[in-house]
Parts: sequence; C-alpha cells; structure tokens
Amino acid sequence: MNLRNLLLFGFVALLIVLEGTTTAFGLFGGSWNTALGILNMGLISAILALGVNMQWGYAGLFNVGVVGFVALGGLAPVLVSTQPVTEVWTTQGAGRLILALLIGLAVIALAIVLYGRLRGRNRTLAILAVLIGGFFLFRAVFDPAVDVVESFQPATHSNLGGLGLPVLLAWPVGALFAAGAAWVIGKTALGLRSDYLAIATLGIGEIIIAVMKNEDWLARGVKNVISIPRPVPYEVDLQRDPGFIDLAASFGSDPVTASTVAVKLLYAGLFVVILLALIWASEKALNSPWGRMMRAIRDNETAAEAMGKDVTRRHLQIFILGSAVCGLAGAMIVTLDSQLTPGTYNPLRFTFLIWVMVIVGGSGNNWGSVLGGFLIWFLWIKVEPWGHALMGLITSGMAEGALKSHLQDSAAHMRLLTMGLVLLLVLRFSPRGLIPER
Amino acid sequence: MDFLNAIVALLNFVVIPATSYGAQLALGALGVTLIYGILRFSNFAHGDTMAFGTAMVILVTWAFQSVGIHFGPLPTALLALPFGIAITAALVLATDKAVYRFYRRQKAAPVILVIVSMGVMFIMNGVTRFIIGVGEIRFDDGGRFIVNANEFKKATGLAEGLAFRSTQGLTILTAIIVVAALFWFLNKTRTGKSMRAYSDNEDLALLSGINPERVVAVTWIIAAGLAVIAGTLYGLDKSFKAFNYFQLLLPIFASAIVGGLGSPLGAIAGGFLIAFTEVGFTYAWKKVATYVLPDALAPDGLAQLLSTDYKFAVSFAILVIVLLFKPTGLFKGKAV
Amino acid sequence: MSSSRNPYKDDRGNKDRSITKSGGGELEYPTKGGKARPAPGGPFLAAENMTGGYGAADILHDCTLTVEKGQIAVIVGPNGAGKSTAMKAVFGMLNLRGGHVKLDGEDITALTPQDRVAKGMGFVPQVNNVFPSMSVEENLEMGAFIRKDDFRATMEQVYDLFPILKDKRRQPAGELSGGQRQQVAVGRALMTKPKLLMLDEPTAGVSPIVMDELFDRIIEVARTGISILMVEQNARQALEIADRGYVLVQGANKYTDTGEALLADPEVRRTFLGG
Ligand SMILES: Nc1ncnc2c1ncn2[C@@H]1O[C@H](COP(=O)(O)OP(=O)(O)OP(=O)(O)O)[C@@H](O)[C@H]1O
Ligand SMILES: [Mg+2]
Repeated sequence: MNLRNLLLFGFVALLIVLEGTTTAFGLFGGSWNTALGILNMGLISAILALGVNMQWGYAGLFNVGVVGFVALGGLAPVLVSTQPVTEVWTTQGAGRLILALLIGLAVIALAIVLYGRLRGRNRTLAILAVLIGGFFLFRAVFDPAVDVVESFQPATHSNLGGLGLPVLLAWPVGALFAAGAAWVIGKTALGLRSDYLAIATLGIGEIIIAVMKNEDWLARGVKNVISIPRPVPYEVDLQRDPGFIDLAASFGSDPVTASTVAVKLLYAGLFVVILLALIWASEKALNSPWGRMMRAIRDNETAAEAMGKDVTRRHLQIFILGSAVCGLAGAMIVTLDSQLTPGTYNPLRFTFLIWVMVIVGGSGNNWGSVLGGFLIWFLWIKVEPWGHALMGLITSGMAEGALKSHLQDSAAHMRLLTMGLVLLLVLRFSPRGLIPER
Repeated sequence: MDFLNAIVALLNFVVIPATSYGAQLALGALGVTLIYGILRFSNFAHGDTMAFGTAMVILVTWAFQSVGIHFGPLPTALLALPFGIAITAALVLATDKAVYRFYRRQKAAPVILVIVSMGVMFIMNGVTRFIIGVGEIRFDDGGRFIVNANEFKKATGLAEGLAFRSTQGLTILTAIIVVAALFWFLNKTRTGKSMRAYSDNEDLALLSGINPERVVAVTWIIAAGLAVIAGTLYGLDKSFKAFNYFQLLLPIFASAIVGGLGSPLGAIAGGFLIAFTEVGFTYAWKKVATYVLPDALAPDGLAQLLSTDYKFAVSFAILVIVLLFKPTGLFKGKAV
Repeated sequence: MSSSRNPYKDDRGNKDRSITKSGGGELEYPTKGGKARPAPGGPFLAAENMTGGYGAADILHDCTLTVEKGQIAVIVGPNGAGKSTAMKAVFGMLNLRGGHVKLDGEDITALTPQDRVAKGMGFVPQVNNVFPSMSVEENLEMGAFIRKDDFRATMEQVYDLFPILKDKRRQPAGELSGGQRQQVAVGRALMTKPKLLMLDEPTAGVSPIVMDELFDRIIEVARTGISILMVEQNARQALEIADRGYVLVQGANKYTDTGEALLADPEVRRTFLGG
C-alpha cells in the first residue's frame, strides 16, 4: 500500500461520501440511503472481482460464465433459509423428485465410468445407450414428480422450499454450490486435450440461468422468490423499537430514514468482514509457496511442468476457489435483496462488468480488484443519471419531438457505452490497471 | 398417407426451421472463424456487430418504406442490406483503426485482444441500443409464404399442412449464395489466397510481400458483411431484439468451435449440426410419432425431449461431446 | 509466454483454444522503412560489420558476409553461433546497431524485408517455411505475390527443378515429407526470380541422398546467375560446393576463405569438421 494506492482508495471513499452528503452540480444524489446502497453492492462487487482475479490474475484462466456462478450462489439462500413446503414432501412429490435427480447423477456417473473403461466403437455405443436410456428413465420419474410439486399453490409456492435455517449459513453453501459446478466444468474443460475453458464457462453460465428460470420446483423460476429471511433486523421493527427511536433522535434523524440507513450499515458491516477476510486470505495465499507456484506456472508453464508441477490440477484448484468466491458473492446479493429474481442475471452485468472491474483495477492485484469493484460499480450506478442529465442539457434547446424524446429515452444506454470506453482506455493507456501487480 | 403426413410434419416443424436457423448460425460462425483465423482471437463483439448491422438495415428499410420504395414480394430489408453492410463495415474498419491496430502493432497476446473485444462489445451494445432501443422490432414486409399451409393441404389432400415462409426460403438461398461466393473468394482470388496464407504462417506471408493491413482490412469487411447478412436474415425470420443478438454469441461460438475454429467449412457444418440438434431436441415429436407409430405405441405426452428454454444446453452438450471425441473440432481447425 | 516488459504481450499463461489461436508471427510489421541509397562498387551482396541482436544483448559482433554474382557462399558454425541471426540481419528482420547491407550497388540497410524482396532477395527461413494448409501450387503462387507479370513460366522452371512438386501440386504442403517441404520452400523463394537466394539450412532433416540432390539443384540455380547465401549444418559437403565459406563463432567471423581453402585448413578441420 503506497501513497498512490491510498489516494485512489481515498478518492473512491470521497465519491461515496459525496453521494451521501451533497447534490452538488446534480452529480450526486445527496442521500445516505443511495450512497450506502452503492457501498454495499460495491463491497459485493469487490468480492466478485476478487474471485475473477484469482482465476485470471493468478492463473490466466478465462472465465466468461461468472453470471452462472453468481446465480448458483444465489440459489443457496432460497434452499437454505426459506421455510420448507412440507405439503410437497411426499413420496409422489419431493421424494420422487430427489430420486429422479439421483438417477440422473447415476446415469452420468455410469457414462463417465464407461468412457474411462471402454474404447472405440463399443464405448460410443455403450455411452449412447446409457445416456439415452437414462434420459428417458429420468424423465419418467422426474416429470410426474415435478407436476406434483409445481401444482401446489402456484401463486405462492410451486417449489420445494428450503430448510428453514439461518440465512448466513447460505453464504458458505452458495460458495459450495459454485465450487461444485466449477469442479465439473474444470474437470471437463481443463481435462480436454486443449483448454476450452472460455466456451465451457460461457455455455454453463447460460445453462445454469436457463435452469433457474425454468425449474419452478427449484426456486419458483421467473416467478421469483421474495421475502427471503434476513440476517439483520427489519426496518419496521427498528422503527417500533423505542431504544432505536431515541438513538435516531440523538443523531437528529427521523426513525424511518435512520432505520433504512441502519440496516444498510449492518449489511455493510457484514460485507466488510467477509471482504477483509477474503483479502487477507488471498494475500496470504499469494505470498505462500502455493502462491509462488501459481505464479511460476502462470509465467512459464513449460518450465513448471518440467519441474513436476501438475499444472492442470493447480488450474482446477484455482478455478474452483475463484468460482466459490463468486458463488459466495451471489448468495450475498440475494440476501441483500431478500429476493431471488433469475430474470436479472444478465451476462453483461454479472460477467463482463466484473471483467471490467478486474482489468481496470489491475489484473493479478487483489487490492486492484477491490478498487476496480468499487469504482466501476459507482460508475455503473451513476452514469445513468448523469447520462439523463447530460441528455437533458443537450436537448434543452431542441423542439419537442420524436428525436428529443428518443435521445432522452436512450440516455439509459450510456452506461454500457461508458463501461466499454473505460475498459478500452485503461487497456490502452494503463494496461496493468490502476494498481498494477507487483 | 400417414407416412406422408409424418414427412410433411417433419419438414414443416424440424427440417425447414432448422435449415434456416442453421444457415443463420453458419453465417455468423463464418465471421467468427475468419477473425479467429486471421486476427487470432474470438471476437466477443460479433453478436453486437450483427445487432448493429441489423439495426442499420432496419433504419434504411424504414427510410425506404417512408418514401414508398418496396422490393415487390421480397422484404424491403434486402434492398437496405448493402447499405447496412457498408455502414457496418465502415464502423468495424474505424474500430480496427482506433482500437485493434495498436495491439496488432504491439504484437499483443491474442487473449488481450479478446478482452479488447469485450470493450468493443460493450460500446457496440450501447450504441445499438442508443440508436434503436431495446424493444422487439419486426421489419419483414415481404410476401409471407412461398408455400402456404392451407393451400398445401388443399392441393395435396394431406392432413398436414406445409408452410414454407419466404424468409426461410430467402435465408437458405442467401446463405448458399454467400457461402459459395466466400469459398470462391478464399480459394480462387489472389486476395483470398493471401488471407489463407496469412492465417497459415504470418511471418512467411510478410516475407512474401503480403500486406498484413490489407489482409486484416479485407477480413473485417467480410466479417462485417457476414454479420449483417446473418443478423438481417435472423431478424427477418424471427424478429430483431438487441439482447437476443448478444445471446446468439453462444450458439455461434459453439458452431465455430464444433466445426473447428479457423475452418470455414467447419463453421458451416457446425452451424447446421447445432441448429438441427437444437430443433430436434426441443421439438414436440408427438405429431410425427402419432403418424408413424401404431396407435398402441403413440406417446401420450408431447414427446418433447427438452423444453425450448434449454436449447443452449443442447448446443453446449453437442459441443462437449464433439470435443471429447475430436479435440480440434469436426474439421481440424487450421486454415482460414 | 508472458513478458514482464510488455504488458500487452502478457497472456498470463492462458492457452484457451476456444478464444485464441497460438503461433502468431514474430516479425515486426513493415510500417516504417527507409529508402535505398546508391552505393556503387563492391561485391554483389556485402553485409559488413553487422552488430546487433534481439534485445539488449548483441548476438552478432562485427559480422561480415559477402557474395559475388552467381556464386555460392556458405556459413557454417556451431549451434547457437548466430548463423540464423546473421541471415535475418541481412534480410532486414533484425534491428542492427551497426553495419550496413549493400545489394547490387545499393545500400539497402534501411529497407523492410518486403522491400528487400522487391529488390531481388529471396529468403527460405530455417523453420516454418511453407504455408502448411495450402497446396504446393498455392505456396508457389504466394511466393510470386509481389509479381504483377505472368509467373507461369517461373512456376514451370521450379517444377523442372523439383519434378516431385509437379506431381504433388494439389497436395497441402503440410502433408509432404520433410525433404519435399524444403523443396517447396526453396521453390517458393525462387518464384520472385530473386537475384540473391538465402537459404537457412535447406537440408535440415533430410536424408543424405535427398541432401545431395538438393545441393545439385542449388548448384543448378547458381549456374543461372543467382547468387546464393546459405547456412549449412553439413559443413563438409556444403563447403565443397562453396565459392566462399564463413565459419561463424559467437556471432563473429572466425575464418573466412574459399570453400576449398577452408576444407584444407587443418585448424578448421579439427575444430569444425570433426578431423
Ligand atoms: N527470436 C529470438 N529472440 C531472442 N533470442 C534469440 C532469438 N532467436 C535466437 N536467439 C538467440 O540468438 C543466439 C543465436 O541463435 P541463432 O538461431 O542465430 O543460432 P544458429 O547459429 O542459427 O543455431 P542453429 O545451428 O541451432 O540453427 C542464440 O543464443 C539464441 O538463443
Ligand atoms: Mg539456425
């Protein structure tokens, strides 16, 4: 941490404070509520960027399916912390559904075993037979069970529900979900004779989202799951709590505003703890023999291989770790929102934007990723209102008409444009990012 | 009779739609594969190039329509196509000059170019939305059908109707012409051969006096042309929506990779393979099955293997399976 | 490979085949390049006092190579002596810190490799010297890329020189045997009708019989008035056909004489020709 980096972080902090305190030149919102909102998602963005940085920065792995891991992590709060829908846990419903999933797993496992054991045409035929037969068996068990589950109170449920456990437990579980998916992807894509990770992650990302949108029994699909339990108190409870009202009064604030700010601060506290723990662990790992080996592999794979390092294994390891961090962040997002809305998992927002954060911050540098996470998230949120303001200024002299309204409506798309520009400018003029790797 | 009906249903719901979708994918994948062959990276902005180009075609189409220019029974968009291609090619060339060329001169690692193309993707995405919005746009104003289902039923006396939409016919015809022209260009012309040479061995191409900037410029122009044609055909066939074009990136990449990145022939084969499996897996086979199977065996469900929402999963599964058995794709990815 | 110096070249060890194609060229692009200046007199090719290398360290030290019109000059030397580097320097693929290259009465030191091709130089690199996915005939066509006239006669001459290529002319060069591929490479370089042909180990990896044949062909080419500058591992045979021989050691001229004289020199025989 040298002075320059401290200044950079100070600058980001200043932006958030300004957002909270002033409406100067119409650039900022002047509301602590939005400022803390940006801060909270900034914290999560920083964690996401850390995860991607592990993969790209430490090991040169190109993950373009971040959105899938985020979504998978987001599943965890639903499955862990919502109440079980006991009515569907019958032998014809959930029981059968789980049996079907086990059958599916068994079929895939069998196919993999056959792939390893057999050779040539026999292998192809045997695997085809197993997969086709297994698919129909799976559907035969699965479809009726899904009907049972999904037909139960479609307006409010139609899913299995969760385990009713504390939501904080969902965070490590989200990381585990993502890690599991990463293991499967890494095993396949990194195990192929040449490396196909980019297309593999791109594909799996889309598939995970398709599953989450369509399998209502899992988490209600696009019908969304709302009011997921929170790890922090509810605003209404705070507003009723006399102690809190007094506290708010002592700050000269009304209870309603104070309660929203307090809740956001509590979230921020939780996120800061996680973020710091992750940075500490990453830095520690990076400077350990393990981290040195990762960098040795990255900088000269052939030499590392010659020294007997199992490169594929190391790559798999780091891919799983990075994805787990993304899954964790995904679970945190859903917890922060108290709802799971699969329709919002857009690759531009959850894959490519994270890449912008990592590149802008500085590939390979954990602090850089954190900085990039905050800065880019701040821009992502603020460019839209700024775009509106700018368009308002540009079109103020124009006559009312189609062009004027078109321009004003289109201002919202400025943010994509800006992100692209920022990425290109940084890549061109500061290719190592704002905080370069040492 | 039942057998004929089954064939007609198969044609109607599987073969024709998959062929036109396959042609669209193949055209898109050809662009990706050409850029990969010559510039050595997968262009993440390709989907958005398609979207931008199609948006241009739509704007020109609207302009034509507003002054009363039409193209007989064919969609006006076909008249607008050359303009769309010209504008898109100009934009892409300008992008190359402003963005990519610097990295080429630096001999930058290809993976850096991939990241650069992400930036370009964002910008093009924003520009397209800025110009034409995010909504769904239909711009097909041509005759609807080459073969109409009802007329077909009347003419043949079959229970199944065969509908062959003109956009589908147009897609297939255009794709054949474009692919033939491209292969002729790559294999028979001096410039085309110099592109293949450059893709094969950059240094030797330079030593032979081939001008790399020219090769790259021609490649961008062709890729832009392919993108606009693919995008316009897709839009005529279905509809235009910027986000859908961005999402086409996956099946297009999958097609190019399945076929063998860098191989034009592979891109085409890959496009059709992906399209046919996608449609085949997501089509409800009940109708066809009822015609060919004895009543006792007729399925009671829809006989649909997967819901259409999982079409990406199908393209992806095909990709993985092909790569497991043929790690370099169907046509060993090599030459341009 | 990653490089700490140039961040644009740092790929972090990424080898993802689904997004990048490996094996790009190393040659700098011909963006800047000066003009040739007249420099009458001297040998047909005179590359004198060349000093330079790839990065900070010099590989070549005051190295001088000359070839007379229609003659064969051969460079021999141990592995890593800088023979290929010297060839690249003559061809303008290396930034020289000192020295100059003159061809046929002109100083061409400032020219790009492309411009040197136009001036009548042909170069067959040691490795990657064909277009593997293109047919033999297309390889030859690409050799003639800068020619605006009809090159069919030249192609016939190449086919006469290497008859096997005529039989294989529809076959991709990458599917040929090593010896055949070298013939394609030489043929490609001949397509511009060069006045100076530069060959970097044309016989690498070919059997002795094919090697003798290739040498015969090279002599044939020289008889047509083309000057030849050639690097060879098979020092003895090469010096036998050489009008002039250079023994290069650590980037500097160690011995320079006629081929015959070098073969007769006991010192050269002992250290470089194995007795
Ligand atoms: N592209 C390059 N970049 C940096 N150094 C290089 C490069 N090519 C060669 N060298 C170095 O220059 C020196 C001379 O190499 P060169 O290829 O000229 O040797 P050579 O005499 O042709 O050897 P050989 O007989 O094995 O072909 C070697 O030390 C080599 O490591
Ligand atoms: Mg050499």
